[in-house]
Amino acid sequence: MNIFKKIVALLVICIVPSIAHSKTLKIGVAGEPSSIDPHYHNVGPNNMFSTNIFSMLVGQDENQQTIPDLATSWKPINDTTWEFKLRNDVKWHDGSKFTADDVIFTATRAPNVPKSPASFGIYLKGKTFVKIDDYTVHVKTEKPYPLMANDLSVVKIISKKHGENATTEDYNSGKAAIGTGPYKFKQYVKGDKIVLEKNSDYFGKKPEYDTVEIKPIKSGPARVAALLSGDVDLIDGVPPVDVKKLKKNKKVQLSSGPSNRVIYLHIDQFREKSPHVRAIGGGDIKNPLMDVRVRKAISLAINRDAMVAKVMEGLAIPAGQLLPKGFHGVSENMKPDPYDIKTAKQLMKEAGYGKGFELTIHGPNDRYINDAKIAEALGQMLSKIGIKCKIETMPKAVYFKRASAGGPDKTPEFSMMVLGWGAGSGEASSPLKSLLATHNKEKGMGGANRGRHSDPKVDALIDKALATVDSPARGKILAEATELAVGKNYGIIPIHYQVNTWGAKAGYSYLPRTDEYTVVAGFQKK
Amino acid sequence: MTVYILQRTLQSFVVLFVMSLIVFCGVNLIGDPIYMMISPESEPAEIERVIKEFGFDRPVLEQYWFFLKNVASGDFGRSFVQGIPALPLILERFPATIELAVFSLFISLVIALPLGVYAGLYPERKSSKIIMSGSILGFSMPTFWVGIMLIMLFAVKLDWLPSTGRGELGTFLGIESSLFTLNGLSHIFLPALNLALFKLSSVLRLTRAGTREVILQDYIKFARAKGLSHSRVINVHLLKNILIPVVTVIGLEFGSLVAFSTVTETVFAWPGAGKLIIDSVYNLDRPVIVAYLIIIVAFFVFLNLIVDILYSFLDPRVRIKGSSE
Repeated sequence: MNIFKKIVALLVICIVPSIAHSKTLKIGVAGEPSSIDPHYHNVGPNNMFSTNIFSMLVGQDENQQTIPDLATSWKPINDTTWEFKLRNDVKWHDGSKFTADDVIFTATRAPNVPKSPASFGIYLKGKTFVKIDDYTVHVKTEKPYPLMANDLSVVKIISKKHGENATTEDYNSGKAAIGTGPYKFKQYVKGDKIVLEKNSDYFGKKPEYDTVEIKPIKSGPARVAALLSGDVDLIDGVPPVDVKKLKKNKKVQLSSGPSNRVIYLHIDQFREKSPHVRAIGGGDIKNPLMDVRVRKAISLAINRDAMVAKVMEGLAIPAGQLLPKGFHGVSENMKPDPYDIKTAKQLMKEAGYGKGFELTIHGPNDRYINDAKIAEALGQMLSKIGIKCKIETMPKAVYFKRASAGGPDKTPEFSMMVLGWGAGSGEASSPLKSLLATHNKEKGMGGANRGRHSDPKVDALIDKALATVDSPARGKILAEATELAVGKNYGIIPIHYQVNTWGAKAGYSYLPRTDEYTVVAGFQKK
Repeated sequence: MTVYILQRTLQSFVVLFVMSLIVFCGVNLIGDPIYMMISPESEPAEIERVIKEFGFDRPVLEQYWFFLKNVASGDFGRSFVQGIPALPLILERFPATIELAVFSLFISLVIALPLGVYAGLYPERKSSKIIMSGSILGFSMPTFWVGIMLIMLFAVKLDWLPSTGRGELGTFLGIESSLFTLNGLSHIFLPALNLALFKLSSVLRLTRAGTREVILQDYIKFARAKGLSHSRVINVHLLKNILIPVVTVIGLEFGSLVAFSTVTETVFAWPGAGKLIIDSVYNLDRPVIVAYLIIIVAFFVFLNLIVDILYSFLDPRVRIKGSSE
């Protein structure tokens, strides 16, 4: 009898919460944040997760257009000063009021977190924050700076009261994880789950769920299985191989959308002798990739439609520039290069490489969707114009170090490599500055320029754009720079834009985001 | 005896030292994780700051010397990726892994012992042959694939069990474990079964071989001649004798269950140490990799030592060298 009573009690405990209609949302995500501290690690999964608990001055909508968040409006009041007007109705999760002091404090902590493997300093460098009154902040720079709102849309605002002297551990334990976002921190079990609770005082659209559970499930098939079995309501990173089958499944609803990530080739154009280029038969050869005609021939030899249809299972968009249309600074005139073997062969002949050459293409095998397959397909396509390709792919842990600084004197090691770039700021200036501007440590330009493309005209255009506060005018200059650097110089060769797929339980869908983030607000009833 | 234990402990320290040196240099040989961790938009100056802050600009041996000095004071360094001390990071994940290993050991014993004895008693029966060929599958099927299949069958098609994660924790006798709640048990069942499959096959084969050997022994014949019941002969005389090799193997294999549950933990998103180590390897998180391997090696050395010592007590024929002469 006693045991029977216990069983009944247990059943009651199990059933009662569901009677109380507590609404719980469970999300299975591919990437786990490395910390709850919003300023510890400037990397996708962390920035995505912290938007649940914290807010920014400026937000980004699903197409990465800037929208008001903690700031209601912002405008340049002179060449070197931006004025931000703050909301006066915002409360921290502990009930205290949000003011300009918190913003000033954030600007001092965010770039200076000890042991940060990727600091937020890059967004706050050269900016001086001044409090004008409780709800007005001025940000001063030395030179005119147009990307103010974009930069500040990545930095989470933290509470001065809880953030002073707080360590990264204090955020992980929840002690300092006091934000202004739609959900409050409740529990963090590393590797298992992060549990959030509704913040009824949220200043934006009221959060819909009482509890949100975010579960990192790294393995793709396991994530799909968790959705199919109903253990989670939403997953990101649906593997392309499963998409066709899941589309027919009535238990799930897939949502796909293009991302800000372009998959492209970086090409060695700064070494007379490139380490992975050989003449046919293996002899030494002057680096043919320095010739723009050869680079153009390579671009024409890539059958982008076949790449999208066969390798990417339809989940990509052929690319002709740095960002898909709709983003700021995208050129209206540029289309993906056509597949044209005849012209490509002609160009190779003109450049003096009619007989072709040998080349090793390097790529990662665990970073981008189907990355190793992309490299293999490229090798086959280039063989049609006489370039005999060897393909070498490797884990990202090895790849990125070698691709960036594996050669002598910390130069890039490879001759041609498959890479991807996601424009975090949502503007063409991001890839232009990092991938195509002349590599220059002092100027802080070309940080990821692994082919060392260098054209003074492109550099001048980028500099001009970065000093043009007027938005439409800047867009035009960025488009012009892209047309020159990609369209004419073939500084990089774009292949396709990645398309990301989310899976939701039946009756719901997810509003795809170009920044690849999975946020609670995007999960909607159909 | 004391001399022997001291000797062994000293040897263990040498093993640990050599292992840490190899792992430290090996991970360094692959590269450093800077270009993977850093935001791609970082400017060259920021990349240099991180390289300096993590000490990657120093020679490997100097980094290693620094590491040794810290270890001497109990500090295994901080995880590059998570920024918190490596040792507590690993230790807080161990309970989940150990509970998974214990439960899967339990499953493999419960299934394998009776089946193994049966197959050993009646080797000519068709059912025995099916059991034995079935055990080959347990050996040869890849854990990853079996895990996904288990999820597809029990979680997706039948909807009996959850597919992912660890369940609620309960406390019993001061130990916190998901084995003490119904929800926790439902979560642990599939990953434990997945992990048990390999062990199950080896225990089954061991049991069968033992049974076939023991059943021909004189004392079994004598017991039968004495008129003891069939079940008593099997349960007492036979089982007791075949258990000795089985227990030995299990004792040693428990270590490997704990150390190599990585695949199962990844498939089932089980928050154990195995998942942590595989993530750390992917991220080249050197402090965590080195600390984890030191713990695991220490664990193995300790298990072996215990088994050796127990042997000398259990079986007087086994003498420990150096203690008796």
